[in-house]
Amino acid sequence: MFGERTRNLHVVGTVLMAGSLILGLTACGGSSSDSVKVGLITKTDSNPYFVKLREAAQAQADKDGAKLIALAGAFDGDNEGQVAAIENMVGQGVKGILITPNSSTGVLDAIKKARDAGVVVIALDTATDPENAVDATFATDNKAAGVSQGKWVKAALGNAAPQVVMLDGTPGGTVDTFRHDGFLEGFGITNDSPEIVGRENTNGDQTKAQTAMENILQRAPGINALYTINEPAAAGAYQAIQSANRAAQITIGSIDGSCTGIADVKSGQIGATVLQFPAKMAEQGVQAVVKFAKDGTKPSGFNDTGSQLVTDKPVPGLESQDTAWGEKNCWGTASK
Amino acid sequence: MGRKELLGHSQQMTTGAPATATPSVSSRFNVGSILREPLLGPLVALVIAIIIFSAVSDSFLNPQNVSLILQQSVVVGILAVGQTLIILTSGIDLSIGAVAVFGTIVMAQSAGANGPVVALGSTLLVCVVFGAVNGGLVTTLRLPPFIVTLGTFTAIQAATRLLAGSETYRVEKGPLTFLGTSFRIGSFSTTFGVVAMLLVYLVMWYALSQTSWGKHIYAVGGNPQASNLSGIKSGRVLFSVYVTTGVIAAIAAWAALGRIPNADPNAYQNANLETITAVVIGGTSLFGGRGGVGGTLVGTLIVGVLRNGLTQAGVDNLYQNIATGILVIVAVAVDQFARRRSQ
Repeated sequence: MFGERTRNLHVVGTVLMAGSLILGLTACGGSSSDSVKVGLITKTDSNPYFVKLREAAQAQADKDGAKLIALAGAFDGDNEGQVAAIENMVGQGVKGILITPNSSTGVLDAIKKARDAGVVVIALDTATDPENAVDATFATDNKAAGVSQGKWVKAALGNAAPQVVMLDGTPGGTVDTFRHDGFLEGFGITNDSPEIVGRENTNGDQTKAQTAMENILQRAPGINALYTINEPAAAGAYQAIQSANRAAQITIGSIDGSCTGIADVKSGQIGATVLQFPAKMAEQGVQAVVKFAKDGTKPSGFNDTGSQLVTDKPVPGLESQDTAWGEKNCWGTASK
Repeated sequence: MGRKELLGHSQQMTTGAPATATPSVSSRFNVGSILREPLLGPLVALVIAIIIFSAVSDSFLNPQNVSLILQQSVVVGILAVGQTLIILTSGIDLSIGAVAVFGTIVMAQSAGANGPVVALGSTLLVCVVFGAVNGGLVTTLRLPPFIVTLGTFTAIQAATRLLAGSETYRVEKGPLTFLGTSFRIGSFSTTFGVVAMLLVYLVMWYALSQTSWGKHIYAVGGNPQASNLSGIKSGRVLFSVYVTTGVIAAIAAWAALGRIPNADPNAYQNANLETITAVVIGGTSLFGGRGGVGGTLVGTLIVGVLRNGLTQAGVDNLYQNIATGILVIVAVAVDQFARRRSQ
């Protein structure tokens, strides 16, 4: 069926295939050393939050003389990519894995297999469900962060009758639930309160948040308070609110602490935000793994890396920092 | 071209060796016939990849890592068999991953209330129905498979999200996670999912090379008009291929829950493209009528080895995608040149 020429073509083809493999490998060294291997698996590669996490982990690993292997899911919500990453890391002989799980439940079996193999597994930023499926969690107390946002928004409304809209993130992640419930607690309402006039999921995405806000403004024109899961959602919602000329009437709260978000607080788009400390999570995580490798002590429990309310409009009775402080402590780069 | 090439295909199938005009030129097992074997290219690429990666990373050839590569290839590997069948008929199936994911949701949801047998049965039924829908639209309405499966892909993905209600469903350990259970052969540990994948390949290889159904598939893909003229009912053959792919998707759904016992509507979003990659790298022609599941198995392994090896070498996910993309272009280009030369 194939003649002489096609046989040669097959050989040429395989050489080209091999060439593309080598192309893929040119960027790496690949020599193994005796230093402690620490694995980091973030949700994605592209979100500046996780970039900051990775950079801080790399810096701490360099300080402690450890080797950081950083992998990520392919998109926000990619569970299989993270499961494969855990398996690969265990095969490479890591002492510990730091993970921000895309799915708080879907990754549990892979984590269990890793722990059974003697690898210490630490959740960063997002807890697993149940929380004790990992050895320890280093994260923001997202509930406390939500409470701060709720208290500030309530106080900023003053005497106006609240009409609240909640823009949530992605269902299935503990971060989403904790921030939401914390806001309710800080504000002093429940999910069934009549003050809540609208609620939508945005996956924490700016474009989806804009569309959701546009739709909500159509059916609830009287809103004056907005809870957002994160700053990209707040930015998207603000676009919709500004197009509807309602920016002066709506108080917006958010959580994250990105430099873009802090800039939005400074310019007045967002009323207040709650800063997280991803660098602390990464540093403490790496330190815990290195300690485990040295003397076998495992970290445990929930370790709150803290959160800080940042606003230029402080309210009495609620401790906060201003945006100048925010600019010094934010993560990511300010971009518009 | 035309009937002659069609008959040439049939002869290939029955004799199992390259057709030779005069017996004195070459005997069956000489180097020439080996070099002309279409699997050679992909196999050489696989071997080269393994050699390169084992040089870069000393844990690459560990039994655990080899087992891991196989396990990570199971779901896409099984789906790729269905994709091979459809590509052999010069079609393409963009919905194959979405059908399997829908199947996992059905399986997880019905398991709670109705037990494993009903769960497996409903999944099979649902996947076969989707396959039949694809097949029906392609054969009766004569719509191009790309368009049909693009439409069903979009619709089924949305239906999956509606069915799952944006939640994920855990599956209890039991018959439904059976394909994830591991067992040892000596010191080598593997899962029943890997066994299932290899069985699917074996069964399909037999069907394609030894049965008349298989020959008809090659005929319809290679030259539909000629096959119609020689009495093959291409409509029925095509429909049966799409339904078979539905069955294969159901098996893949079962294997997926074995690997990760959590039915997730976000899972396997790119499985359709990954199966096409495996089929094309394995040497099956996108224009139908040439190739087979053996090549697809090699293609699946190449992709699995590539991903695992590049991950171990610390190469970023995005560069991995670039490497895979280049591989696909090279494979299609080789196929194109081979096609033109043989005319």
